[in-house]
Amino acid sequence: MTAALETRGLAKRFGGLVATRDVSFTLEQGARHALIGPNGAGKTTFVNLLTGVLPASAGRVLLAGEDVTSLSAEARVRRGLVRTFQINQLFGDLTPLETLALAIDEQLGLGGRWSHAVGGDAVVAEITAVAERFGLADVLDSRTDTLPYGKQRLLEIAVAFACKPKVLLLDEPAAGVPEAERRDILDAIAALPVEVSVLLIEHDMDLVFSFARRISVLVDGALLVEGEPEVIAADPRVRAVYLGGNDHG
Amino acid sequence: MWVGQALARRARWRWAEIVFWLAAFAALFLPAGRHLILNEIAILALFALSLDLILGYAGIISLGHAAFLGLGAYAAGLLAKHVTDDPTVGLALATVAAASLGFATSFLVLRGSDLTRLMVTLGVAMLLGELANALPDLTGGADGLQGVTMGPLLGLFEFDLYGRVAYAYSLTTLFVLMLVARAVVYSPFGLSLMAIRRNRLRASALGVPVHKRLIAVYTLAAAFAGAAGALLAQTTAFVSLDFFEFHRSADVLLVLIIGGAGWLYGGILGAVLYEALQDALAAVTPEYWQFWIGLFLVAFVMLGRERLTGGMRGLLARFGR
Ligand SMILES: Nc1ncnc2c1ncn2[C@@H]1O[C@H](COP(=O)(O)OP(=O)(O)OP(=O)(O)O)[C@@H](O)[C@H]1O
Ligand SMILES: [Mg+2]
Repeated sequence: MTAALETRGLAKRFGGLVATRDVSFTLEQGARHALIGPNGAGKTTFVNLLTGVLPASAGRVLLAGEDVTSLSAEARVRRGLVRTFQINQLFGDLTPLETLALAIDEQLGLGGRWSHAVGGDAVVAEITAVAERFGLADVLDSRTDTLPYGKQRLLEIAVAFACKPKVLLLDEPAAGVPEAERRDILDAIAALPVEVSVLLIEHDMDLVFSFARRISVLVDGALLVEGEPEVIAADPRVRAVYLGGNDHG
Repeated sequence: MWVGQALARRARWRWAEIVFWLAAFAALFLPAGRHLILNEIAILALFALSLDLILGYAGIISLGHAAFLGLGAYAAGLLAKHVTDDPTVGLALATVAAASLGFATSFLVLRGSDLTRLMVTLGVAMLLGELANALPDLTGGADGLQGVTMGPLLGLFEFDLYGRVAYAYSLTTLFVLMLVARAVVYSPFGLSLMAIRRNRLRASALGVPVHKRLIAVYTLAAAFAGAAGALLAQTTAFVSLDFFEFHRSADVLLVLIIGGAGWLYGGILGAVLYEALQDALAAVTPEYWQFWIGLFLVAFVMLGRERLTGGMRGLLARFGR
């Protein structure tokens, strides 16, 4: 079976700094895969290369076997490669309702339409379903920047989900969320449909080990090791550079 | 169920809107004397509405919006002079001509910073002004386009000296294009523009084809500005190089900033305030009115536009609920 997502020799240089070093990586169909690594290891840069936010200095990105390296970010989204952002990138003065409507209209190919107001049965049904799945139904009509941070992070995932991803890249979905609201995010991630292949980037090891069936460790822009959670947890190199360090909880 | 209603509420007509349009049309029946200035306000408002589409909704700043005004004016003027004096045909031609120019130059504003956009749009307007200057046989050069005479509107209403028909014509055009603008900004297309202005990266991560949308709205805004140019040429029976000048682009930006960008009526509110201010100042200090308008603008920006026009918007919103 072709991998859901694959990179071959992917590299990114920022001037003299090498942020991604010859990364060849495979995300299997239906994967529950975590990517971990210390701060500044290049995890977000890797996501930016996968999604086309940044052009790669070298290497290829294959989505379901198809080379998407030269495609724009939005074209990759339309092919099912969707991400969330580590730092909140929501539209603060729009409502979750509008944000979801936007994503769903684009997903249904209606985003360029200007003869009808936003709405319609298909869009309404989809918004309702997504809002219920992510526990956002009661806050749909409030300004996004007035929501509790946990709800904003849920919306971040919900709106990516509304794009109908085949591959979903979650960049630190629980970062900065207070303990009390964390559970909702873990549950939402755990409840993602099996057919969606998920790559999770996270510093929270409880979340990583409860979620992942496979873990890759990125250090200094390069893949250090990949394997099943028990193997990674026991790997002395990983302990040395990451788990052993006390920069993360 | 309520999700559909909440979405529908976005595009609902507010009471204040309805009252405003009734008052604007009722002004047609004022005794003769104010219609010339009302006509000017309606045209300036349309020009500012056009800028609002790109600046207020899509976040594209321009210092050369007069390029489209001027092109529309010359298109309408030349058509009247050489082909037909039917105003509506001229209006249509000007709209199409300006839209074509908008489409052709939209590629220049897609990338880069606000500063590059300011420079590029300014440059396009200067280019066109110089082009018009260099073709005196066609445009009349520095003397302007003389001998533009208009036939009756719809074959029925002759333009009168007091500007009543002119105002009716400009106001109706403004109203119809406001209906278009309303439809556009409340549509999925309009929502995607709002997303692009707020966060382009985020919009594209949701699958919004950013460039395509910007090209479309820039073309549409150019069409609106072309219509404003046609109205100006037709109702004043004159077109000159001045239409392309920097001060036109700067004025319309000021008007929109005074009225507030991004809520559709900022152009109208700004045009009313701007003309009223200019009128009042010119009456009090005919020689130095520009000094006072400059002072007003500085004070206005320093004190915060929000506090002034924000009040109006708040009022509108409250009426709407
Ligand atoms: N646009 C950019 N220009 C220059 N350098 C960059 C850019 N983006 C990232 N970097 C650098 O690349 C390196 C990797 O950064 P990146 O954000 O990918 O790390 P990360 O693994 O996501 O870290 P964190 O866990 O803190 O989120 C860092 O040294 C960072 O400073
Ligand atoms: Mg990161």
